[in-house]
Amino acid sequence: MPIHDQSYRRYRGHRSALGRSWLVIASAGIKQTIKKRVFLGLLLMGWFQFIGRAIAIWLASNMPQTAPLLAPTAETFRDFLDKQGFFVFVVTIYIGAGLIANDRRANALQIYLSKPLLRTEYIAGKAAILFTFLMMVTWVPAILLLFVQVMFTGSFAFLKANLFLFPAITVASLLQVVLATFTMLALSSLSKSSRYVAVLYAGILFFSAAIYGAMYAITGGNTSFSYLSLSANLSQVCDVIFRLPPRYTTPWPVSFTVILGLIVLSISVLERRVRGVEVVT
Amino acid sequence: MIYGKNQALKNVTARFARGAVGLLGPNGAGKSTMLKSLLGFVKPDHGKMSVLGLDVAASPLEIRSRIGYMPENDAHIPGMTAVAFVAYCGELAGLPAVDAMQRAHEVLYYVGLGEARYRNIETYSTGMKQRIKLAQALVHDPDLLFLDEPTNGMDPKGRDEMLELVHDLGHNKNVSLILSSHLLPDVEYTCDHVIVMDKGQIAAQGPIEELKGPAGRVFELRIKGDLAAFIDVLRGAGMECHSTEADVMRVFVPHGTDGVERDQRAIFALAARHGAQVRHLRPSIPTLEDVFAKALGEQ
Repeated sequence: MPIHDQSYRRYRGHRSALGRSWLVIASAGIKQTIKKRVFLGLLLMGWFQFIGRAIAIWLASNMPQTAPLLAPTAETFRDFLDKQGFFVFVVTIYIGAGLIANDRRANALQIYLSKPLLRTEYIAGKAAILFTFLMMVTWVPAILLLFVQVMFTGSFAFLKANLFLFPAITVASLLQVVLATFTMLALSSLSKSSRYVAVLYAGILFFSAAIYGAMYAITGGNTSFSYLSLSANLSQVCDVIFRLPPRYTTPWPVSFTVILGLIVLSISVLERRVRGVEVVT
Repeated sequence: MIYGKNQALKNVTARFARGAVGLLGPNGAGKSTMLKSLLGFVKPDHGKMSVLGLDVAASPLEIRSRIGYMPENDAHIPGMTAVAFVAYCGELAGLPAVDAMQRAHEVLYYVGLGEARYRNIETYSTGMKQRIKLAQALVHDPDLLFLDEPTNGMDPKGRDEMLELVHDLGHNKNVSLILSSHLLPDVEYTCDHVIVMDKGQIAAQGPIEELKGPAGRVFELRIKGDLAAFIDVLRGAGMECHSTEADVMRVFVPHGTDGVERDQRAIFALAARHGAQVRHLRPSIPTLEDVFAKALGEQ
């Protein structure tokens, strides 16, 4: 008689309710990603600006002579998110390019969608992975910076005077992160090669900026064509969110519509591309 | 089921019995499409499908929580070890993380990957990848298994082991399964029922033993003499004759009316009585191949 029967046994345990698979996908993806040392290094670099800004805030609150130069304003936080855009770009490419492309390469969609989960859950799970890491280089450090300011000055005066900063940081971060997440996921669903997807994403970003740059030069410094550039649209809307004068002459609703349109287009691409079986007609 | 101008399934009415059912047919017959429709991957343009008593269109998630699917193509989740992959599939199917991990170890031992369970799946051989696909389909203990060409690309030993596993699941572990294959011996060894498909239609269906026909023995026969006259003699004696090659025919010798088995001696006796010279006589057992050939021939 065997000590332990290694044959197949029926399962009599508990099964969780349907609709939570996206959490499984997200947590597995996050765990798998943070095991990569290169990525941890990248994430750490994404916090360098936070450390620099925190030091500046400390100096401004402890050395009054530096205050005129280093004391934070609403623009400081807007500028912080603007500069974090570089890390948004890098993290999006590093994490996002392979999210669906690698699954398509390995025919994993058949495995996923043969389990009790909807396509929307699969997409939500994949989006949550990228969303989480992008928030860690945008919203989390920006909000922490706000708390650091309160902590170092020992006063709520700045926060009270700029109460809109909390929702502004949240909305601006969300806009930046959601746009990057869905655009990248849509591109990732179009190919089986993560490298190709990365090049495509960078290409779209730089190409749209280049077109705007060309129009700017041709029209002799007219910024009304800024809606052609993805990053310019984002900057334009974020300026408005932070109650700053918009940097381009394009009306901000136009820029916002372009961003919204791109997100909707990306979702529509995902809806078509994420299927359990590729139907060739 | 229509893909563009191609009708992949047409006028299909079938009922899969409990236990092990083979879905048999040549490549392009519509077997995989049938499985993918039952999974809800593709929606039929007309008609209705139900699995385990649930409507495929109305309750796809409930159905998928009770079935396991082993796809035909190489399929895995990249960057994972075997045990992590199978446990992950268990969690996706609703098992708690601890139970999923425990089941992953168990099913990996069951499919013969116990020693290789900490290896990355991308380093696996084709045969091992087939086994891991079976493991992920089993981890959540489904009531029904869909196996799409499970022995594809396996060496003879691996193939035998895979068939043994499938047979064990269907006959000893109380798991109903649908095995899609174009390999007759695979279906014949593992299944009790069969559905034969051809050109998107059902060509034959039923228990294999029943489809093989009444009890009796089949012989390959070649004679010297008046062939047509001897065929009439055989038919007169209640035997069935089908020509295969130019001068070789298959003769079905049914059991006697009293149920007693008749054998080659009945043919020899008739040949001696009617002056025919038997030049070749080889016993043959009715196989699923006969059912398959007959079903496709009738189509």
